[in-house]
Amino acid sequence: MTDLMARLRAGYGAGPRHLIVVTAAIVLAGWVALRVAGEATAGRMLLWFLGAVIAHDLVLFPAYATADRVLRALVRPRAGNRVALLNHLRVPTLGAALLFVVYSPGILRLGETTHLAATGQDQRPYLVRWLLLSAALFLLSALTYALRALPRGRQSSGKRSERA
Amino acid sequence: MSTNRPGPSTGGTDAPAPDAEGYGAPRRFWRALDRHRPPGVDAADRSWRSPLRGPWLTAVYGSVLLVALPLVIVTGLLDYAAYGPRFDQAFPSDVGWLRLPTFDWPTRPSWLFRVTQGLHVTLGIVLIPVVLGKLWSVIPKLFNWPPARSLAQVLERVTLLLLVGGILFQIATGLLNIQYSYLFGFDFYTAHYFGAWIFTGAFVAHVVLKLPRLISALRSRPLGAELRTPRAETRPEPPDPDDLVAARPGPATVSRRGAVGLVGGGALLLAALTVGQSLDGPLRRTALLLPRGRQPGPGPNGFPVNRTIAAAGVRPEQTGPGWRLMLRGGGRTVTLDRPGLLAMAQHTAALPISCVEGWSTRQTWTGVRLRDLAALAGVADPAAARVSSLEQAGLFRTAVLAPNQVLDPDSLLALRVNGVDLSPDHGYPARVIVPALPGVHCTKWVAEIAFQGRADD
Ligand code: HEM
Repeated sequence: MTDLMARLRAGYGAGPRHLIVVTAAIVLAGWVALRVAGEATAGRMLLWFLGAVIAHDLVLFPAYATADRVLRALVRPRAGNRVALLNHLRVPTLGAALLFVVYSPGILRLGETTHLAATGQDQRPYLVRWLLLSAALFLLSALTYALRALPRGRQSSGKRSERA
Repeated sequence: MSTNRPGPSTGGTDAPAPDAEGYGAPRRFWRALDRHRPPGVDAADRSWRSPLRGPWLTAVYGSVLLVALPLVIVTGLLDYAAYGPRFDQAFPSDVGWLRLPTFDWPTRPSWLFRVTQGLHVTLGIVLIPVVLGKLWSVIPKLFNWPPARSLAQVLERVTLLLLVGGILFQIATGLLNIQYSYLFGFDFYTAHYFGAWIFTGAFVAHVVLKLPRLISALRSRPLGAELRTPRAETRPEPPDPDDLVAARPGPATVSRRGAVGLVGGGALLLAALTVGQSLDGPLRRTALLLPRGRQPGPGPNGFPVNRTIAAAGVRPEQTGPGWRLMLRGGGRTVTLDRPGLLAMAQHTAALPISCVEGWSTRQTWTGVRLRDLAALAGVADPAAARVSSLEQAGLFRTAVLAPNQVLDPDSLLALRVNGVDLSPDHGYPARVIVPALPGVHCTKWVAEIAFQGRADD
């Protein structure tokens, strides 16, 4: 028995529990896929399933990582307070981007007719609201940055006068 | 970079694979794969710079998802149950054994569906930053070389594809659905329901395999101390067997507290812009970017509409003085006009109407009790009631109510709302309102109710 386990580990690369749970998850997914395969739109569903992974891993992630690199190059976080500036730009940018990703169907007015049929209203207000919310995030960040920078400025000038 | 990665985590008590390098069989194949490094993988490996990536941060995001995602899964499955699969009216209808055991959806508490479905959609949205943060923390693994060293790792990678694809698919379809953008061009129910099972299977497997690691990672750095560490003192975690820690980390530009706060702040931002669609009063407007944060107009009928009379294709002359309600039961047919209904005993109840899309609103409805109508039709003890609308097409032109839903004292054929007649968009001349019943089954523009007696079946 232990010999069998050892051989499983050596050959398979992990213990029996690993084999059981991953097999169960894959069999379940396969069974579901077989059920869905009869649907006329099964190909589209697969496309969206894989497309979602690609959109995140190979589009969204590289895009925000690159944007952050550019931002870091522009706002070099050398001295301590420069880092604060970097993060005061990062936070509202991420906030605005998050809102855009989550609420883009309304912001971009994708689905004007279904929206109208369901609610009796159009999708016009969302873009302006998103812009205003994003502006508010940047403003809030700028204000807190100013508030955080201010006392430090006074402190350092105080120190300087002490030294003098 | 470390060249000696051990096998996948196999859980607390399982010993690592005997092969010192972690290769499974056939060893020669896996070793060769490892040696044949495609151009770019070493550069990619060196390019991971964040000193925050590591088991602790991954475990913090992971533990939030571990607690919250089961709630999303269960409330989603409850949504399916709330449609009444027993009457073959849950979508998709043919799911085999892939569902909760059948039970009659209760009518009490009347806010039950408001809470379960509100939780499903709100929590689903609020968790998006946590999912994104979690994926950020582990993304270097995607570009690791070799992609696997054994069959075990290949299979685990497949389950990870199901896990990540599953959650992103559920989020994308859910978000598009509640914002009425059916870009995907397939049936939402079928996709979201089966997608949920694929995700759930992969989620369970992932938790079983990683839970011991999650616990040890959380223990490795006390939360309180970590949240007190400022950026200047933030150091990378020691190299870990899962290779989450960067091989050449740069200096920290954010503390771990900052990273947790950023994700938490994103979640709070989304929560603040979403909960409004489940609240009444002035707070409703806080759902600024969602369709259900808006009121369609002033007055007693000024609450959100789902499907306008125009969209339903119901013509004004059908709802005029010529409108009749047909009650059927046990071979008997009773026809009533609106004055006739208004002459019956009226009952008033404050009940939420809760949409499957997660929004809800509580209003005060007045009308005739469904059980009085059942008695009038001669079926005092109904086994079911099929309600049909004037609507000719549409998935929800009929809905079957279970006995508890007909007999609840607050279940109404509503004629008025908030003291005035229903507006055309809210179902004039008459609509159904039943406590805790999904809004789509609270049929509007009712034309007929067929009560089925117990003896009929
Ligand atoms: C892990 C993530 C999720 C899982 C496992 C999940 C699971 C489910 C399940 C099983 C249902 C029942 C479907 C049916 O009745 O056919 C459901 C319904 C629903 N879900 Fe999700 N869901 C997830 C995420 C989301 C998210 C992020 C949203 C939206 C923002 C969402 C929105 C909805 C909506 C609107 C429905 C109701 C559909 C209807 O009955 O008309 N879901 N979900």
